[in-house]
Amino acid sequence: MKRRNGFLIAGLVLTCALAALILLGFFWTPYDPNAMAAGPKFDGPSLAHWMGTDNFGRDIFSRVLKGAGATASIALATLAIGAVCGCLVGALTGYFGGPVDEVLMRLNDALTAFPSILLALVVISLLEPGRKINVIIALGLVFIPSFARVTRTAFASLRDVNYIKSARLMGASSARLLAVHMLPNTLPVLLPALTIGFNNAVLAEASMSFLGIGVTPPDASLGYMLSEAQGMLFAAPWYAGGTGLVIVLMVFSVGLLGEGLRRRDKGVL
Amino acid sequence: MSELVLSLDHVYSGYSDGPLGRRQRQEVLHDVTFDVRHGEILGLVGESGTGKSTLARTILGMVKPDRGTVTHYTKRPQMIFQDPYSSLNPFYSVEWTLEEPLRVYGKYDKAERKRRVREMLERVELPAECLTAKPSELSGGQRQRVSIAAALIRRPRFLIADEPVSALDVTIQAQILDLLRSLRRELDLSYLFISHDLNVVYQLCDRVLVMKSGRIVEQGTVDEIFDRPKEEYTKQLLAAAE
Repeated sequence: MKRRNGFLIAGLVLTCALAALILLGFFWTPYDPNAMAAGPKFDGPSLAHWMGTDNFGRDIFSRVLKGAGATASIALATLAIGAVCGCLVGALTGYFGGPVDEVLMRLNDALTAFPSILLALVVISLLEPGRKINVIIALGLVFIPSFARVTRTAFASLRDVNYIKSARLMGASSARLLAVHMLPNTLPVLLPALTIGFNNAVLAEASMSFLGIGVTPPDASLGYMLSEAQGMLFAAPWYAGGTGLVIVLMVFSVGLLGEGLRRRDKGVL
Repeated sequence: MSELVLSLDHVYSGYSDGPLGRRQRQEVLHDVTFDVRHGEILGLVGESGTGKSTLARTILGMVKPDRGTVTHYTKRPQMIFQDPYSSLNPFYSVEWTLEEPLRVYGKYDKAERKRRVREMLERVELPAECLTAKPSELSGGQRQRVSIAAALIRRPRFLIADEPVSALDVTIQAQILDLLRSLRRELDLSYLFISHDLNVVYQLCDRVLVMKSGRIVEQGTVDEIFDRPKEEYTKQLLAAAE
């Protein structure tokens, strides 16, 4: 008798709903997110403006939709860099072991030793602050070590499993072994790591933009909007509230999804 | 004298252990010399920890011998493992697993691969429904049949079986042994059959090697070893199996 995985279902539903909303935001928003005086200034939440308006009378809900799109796409791109490079490093070190492993993992330790935001700040100031692509590169670099560590363990534990030995015996190349025979079997650890990574990336992007070195106007991301909202926290509390709520929702729903995946693969429901 | 499929000549082998920089070589096999003849089932018996699996790994080239030579007279020897639960990739269906050696080989088109997979499935006496199943849906005996099919699909002439039935219960053991016997005839195979179970070796093998602490202490036909053992160690092993 299989019990239902509530975490997975709730996570899937919430994540899909949010993703649909964000996708919609790319094509259509109730108002032009950058249009001044779409409504009265500092108007509280109402039917016309769900999250109220800001100091220029811009519709906050429309801006949040656009901003969430920017944040989510940056987080996904960051995740892509971190996960692909991290997996590659993890697969090579875990599978081959030996000197390659020692060198790459010590390098990894060195990277991990820096607080991640600080490291991202350094990287981004070396590049050029304020450009989306640089935020992605900086955060992507910061995310490599954690993925490398997680996948290294998974690959190392698979290396001496009999079905991998058999595959090697029948002449499969190392690349094929890693990508086709081993990678799918690391999914139980990789998928939850991806969801956690996504959340960290959302928060990291928000922090960077909040500090003013991430996304800059006229682009808007949730972090940048939060820093804007800070200045009018008392005049328009709904600005910070709405923006923060969306960040929390994003992290919460993807977190649920990750927990659900983890439980499914562990077999504990 | 029939032709050989494998010969080992004064092989010393082992493995390295310990952290990088302080690796130590553990020598496991000492002066191992024997032949596997065409068409025979050669049993390898001995207590656990005497180096039976290291011997298999050395023969297959997973471990390089320190001294001595391993000569193969056939192409691509294959191996089947003891634990039927870890010898099949849990992510893929039986069909994928059986097709993979042919895909890697790269000489057959899709239709030919499918044909060979179905033919091999019949040989190991599995129903066609098994093709779409994942390993987790199969019993231990069925899994071992799939492992055998996967090992044999590229038509090797020599197969190493490392305790292939010790994880199975007795009735299934007998069926798998029957299968190995009939496959030898049909596919013209030779086996090195590693086991600690002397009863199984007695039923299946033609000749037997007795191994103790990495050395071959006695070898001979099944009748010689079981009825007229010369070495004290062989006598002890036999007495323990009574």
